[in-house]
Amino acid sequence: MVISTEGLSFNFGNQQVVKSLSLQVPKGSIYGFLGPNGAGKTTTIKLLLNLLKTDQGSIHIFDKELQSNRVAILSEIGSLIEQPAIYLHLSGKENLMNRALLLRVSEQRVDEMLALVHLKDAAHKKAGKYSLGMKQRLGIALALLSDPQLLILDEPTNGLDPNGIIEVRELLIRLVTQHNKTVFISSHLLAEVERMATHVGIIDKGELLFQGSIKDLEAISQPQVQVELENTVDAANFLKKHGFNVIDISDNSLSIPYTSKTQMGEINTLLNKNGYMVYSIHKIHKDLEKLFLDITQNA
Amino acid sequence: MGFWSAVLLPLLICLLLFVGFFSHSEKLVSVPGIMLWLQFAGAILGVMGSLLLPMLIVFIAYSVNSIEHKADTWKSLFSLPIAKWSVYAAKYAYAFFLVLLCLMLFVLFTIGFGNLLSVLKPTLKFNEYHMESTLAQVYLKLFLSSLGILSIQFLLSLLFRDFLKPMGIGFTATIAGVILAGTDWKYAYLFPYSHPMLTVKSTLPHDIGKGSGIPELSVDLFTKDIFVSLGVAVVVFILGYFIVLKKSVK
Repeated sequence: MVISTEGLSFNFGNQQVVKSLSLQVPKGSIYGFLGPNGAGKTTTIKLLLNLLKTDQGSIHIFDKELQSNRVAILSEIGSLIEQPAIYLHLSGKENLMNRALLLRVSEQRVDEMLALVHLKDAAHKKAGKYSLGMKQRLGIALALLSDPQLLILDEPTNGLDPNGIIEVRELLIRLVTQHNKTVFISSHLLAEVERMATHVGIIDKGELLFQGSIKDLEAISQPQVQVELENTVDAANFLKKHGFNVIDISDNSLSIPYTSKTQMGEINTLLNKNGYMVYSIHKIHKDLEKLFLDITQNA
Repeated sequence: MGFWSAVLLPLLICLLLFVGFFSHSEKLVSVPGIMLWLQFAGAILGVMGSLLLPMLIVFIAYSVNSIEHKADTWKSLFSLPIAKWSVYAAKYAYAFFLVLLCLMLFVLFTIGFGNLLSVLKPTLKFNEYHMESTLAQVYLKLFLSSLGILSIQFLLSLLFRDFLKPMGIGFTATIAGVILAGTDWKYAYLFPYSHPMLTVKSTLPHDIGKGSGIPELSVDLFTKDIFVSLGVAVVVFILGYFIVLKKSVK
């Protein structure tokens, strides 16, 4: 295990924001740390980086106790917390050089990082003039600078455009598959995490609701087929007669558990052939809130 | 920002005084060399000791810390594989260096501009007297006397994100310090913000410019206010480290 916590708890004043968390992050995984805003994700990350003092419980990173091996452990971690921390009066390259000096990293590595996050052309521009996405990319470059074994990223795709999100995702997958790194990434978007994570932990109100591989999650987060049409009640009865299990009906759509592409096609053909005009039919994932409900109800 | 203020302040003040002396050189022709130097250096020291030095320290302590507050980089500094002690001490050392640099420049510029005056206006008797070593000692004492304030202001600026709190506290305390030292209160030596003023008062003869005899200049480097200043500096510095250690990075 790269990260392993036991009974990790933290209070802000009287409010307990992290409750007895037991994280298990295996080596070589992309661990998606999923939860709505305010669930305790950032607090947990700050605990992992020793920025906040652990009230209760223990944290082991690389099988070493965090508190007593702080410097050794941090030297193998690259992190990005909330908004990237950047000196706005310095250029992108100066920001990296500044950090390189502290970490004793060569200038060549700085240039590589600039190229990696596509900031080469803007390297000498003041970071204050960067767009949000550029700042985020510079933050990722800062995190990667020391070539760490473990990357801890707090919502790294915040503020990125779709292209940027895809780039970050591909970069992280490359780091894990080709360079054998481990990535711990927090997000409030289930779809985002599903696309790259190998392991998932779901946290809500400071409690870990679910932890396991992405396959385990898929078993819970049953995707559905959503059909948009008129006369949903008639259509639902009709589908039920043909052996489909309609689980949700609204004024203009109905939902059926997804099993395969063929099944989706069958539903479509069946409805169309029998006079129900299908406006749209597509596969949807449960949103986080519903997923939470399911998890808590099943537990 | 802090760096340039530490360089520009002595330059500007000495330059201003230089211009003043230069344009009024006729009146100063009859003044003996030692008095000329004392007036020149004393004018700067007077302002420095009372208000300027404490306020400069407030500003330097603020600028060294605010750069991390503004960029939100405390969290990334403290998540680097560097001991927290090193980060804290390095920050303090830089503020310490800036104050030292500023005061050294004051010595340099005072002597430099004094000698420049003597070259440009040979009628002035600047070359009759040399006070380099005395001046250096005065400023060294001023530096030591300001370290208590530096530690306090450094900690305040580290804890508070905004400028107003450390600035307000520093300003109020400085005014109080000046009043306490000015009124010769018995226990003024216990109050760090009085120390620069006490230093200036103890060094400069009170009868400058009255022309009554040649004043004796003596610098007693280690007086009790200096010990208090150093003591406060060390205690607050160490205390600050434990506060930083305890304080969680939000």
